[in-house]
Amino acid sequence: MKTIALIDYGSGNLHSAARALRVASNEAKKTREIRITNDPAVLSYADRIVLPGVGHFADCAANLRKHDGLIEGLEDAILKRGVPFLGICVGQQLLATKGLEDGETLGLNWIPGTVDRIQPGEGYAVPHMGWNALHSQQNHPLLSDLGDDPHVYFTHSYAYRDAADGHIAATTTYGEPIIAAVARDNIFATQFHPEKSQRVGLKLLSNFVLWRP
Amino acid sequence: MTLKTRIIPCLDVKDGRTVKGVNFVDLRDAGDPVALAKAYDEQGADELCFLDITASHENRGTLLDIVSATAEQCFMPLTVGGGVRSAENMLALLRAGADKVAVNSAAVANPDVISECAARAGRQCVVVAIDARQSGDSWEIFTHGGRNPTGIDAIEFAQLAETKGAGEILLTSMDRDGTKSGYDLPLLKAITSAVNIPVIASGGAGKADDLAPAILTGGASAVLAASIFHFGEVTLDQARKALSVAGAPVRPFP
Repeated sequence: MKTIALIDYGSGNLHSAARALRVASNEAKKTREIRITNDPAVLSYADRIVLPGVGHFADCAANLRKHDGLIEGLEDAILKRGVPFLGICVGQQLLATKGLEDGETLGLNWIPGTVDRIQPGEGYAVPHMGWNALHSQQNHPLLSDLGDDPHVYFTHSYAYRDAADGHIAATTTYGEPIIAAVARDNIFATQFHPEKSQRVGLKLLSNFVLWRP
Repeated sequence: MTLKTRIIPCLDVKDGRTVKGVNFVDLRDAGDPVALAKAYDEQGADELCFLDITASHENRGTLLDIVSATAEQCFMPLTVGGGVRSAENMLALLRAGADKVAVNSAAVANPDVISECAARAGRQCVVVAIDARQSGDSWEIFTHGGRNPTGIDAIEFAQLAETKGAGEILLTSMDRDGTKSGYDLPLLKAITSAVNIPVIASGGAGKADDLAPAILTGGASAVLAASIFHFGEVTLDQARKALSVAGAPVRPFP
């Protein structure tokens, strides 16, 4: 059976991501094993890889680096062999060059950019928490057939601030434009939580299961 | 185009069953939390809140298996509270499937619990629940399901909670809770003006038209209600329509 590796590095809500991926696989009419793992050996045969993440950029980066061979295994699979990859929330932010939450921390630099605090302005509460409209900036397969005026669930105070135009897959608006998804080749990553975004989120995840970058 | 008003059904749970009291006494049984969660997911609730209302009082832990079974039905964010005393309690709930954890009595007794929780899981996971009752021209915090007065000013505590790392405030008016006379708008306004984190309005919703003022006048980011939803008095569709007509943006659904 084909395997979707869901990376467990001590920084994610694995329970909901795993269940949503299972349901999304069924909806895509594909039987997939959802493997919660931090074992680089699994990455050598996984067909797809998902990196979740909640909390602090610095903590998540440190947790990721704590596991021997994990980053090397991810880079071998994703950057060298082109295995389809989905990053969620801080699992998206970690793809940046660096994060500025409580000091500067290096990210993976797979999609260059800086993660910094959002600045929505006067009258806007931070965190940006709740359902907001998703505006596609690319005709990306993961964003196809999400329905009219798709809304997704955000909960974050930091975001990608300066990704290259060609890497910005979707945006939202919260007092200012906010990068909601980045993409490059076989890499797609969301600031929002597809696993918490009901029908729209499940559709995006089933698109991911079927994606052939 | 902006953030939409979150409509949050709240499952108050005792012994694995959903209940809703009038002013926190005289509990009525409103059903099975797992079945309710599933129904709300299908109706397009924006979020679900699950409070073990007796946990703190009876000094026992929240029922993780019920949380887990409820979380199984949710493709929406789930907030869980009741009897959370430490970061360890919070992490156990997050592992069981909660997305956010509400801290109430323990945070009032020791606000550093908020910082510990935020440090372990990120502030977006930490909801500080404030139960307040009017006292002269200010509001006083009560703990332990509204049983214990504290002498602490609600506005000052809300600001302290934000400083300590709360990601959100769940603000319940003890005066309005269970009365169906509408949210306490002056209380909401006072708190939302004092902090820059999202505030969830709770306590007093009796009809669909009570929801919008909490957002438009009170400055809340979300409206929470229990009995009006559980007993079918207001459907989520009616709630969305009422908010939208009044000028509070809602998420299109389906």
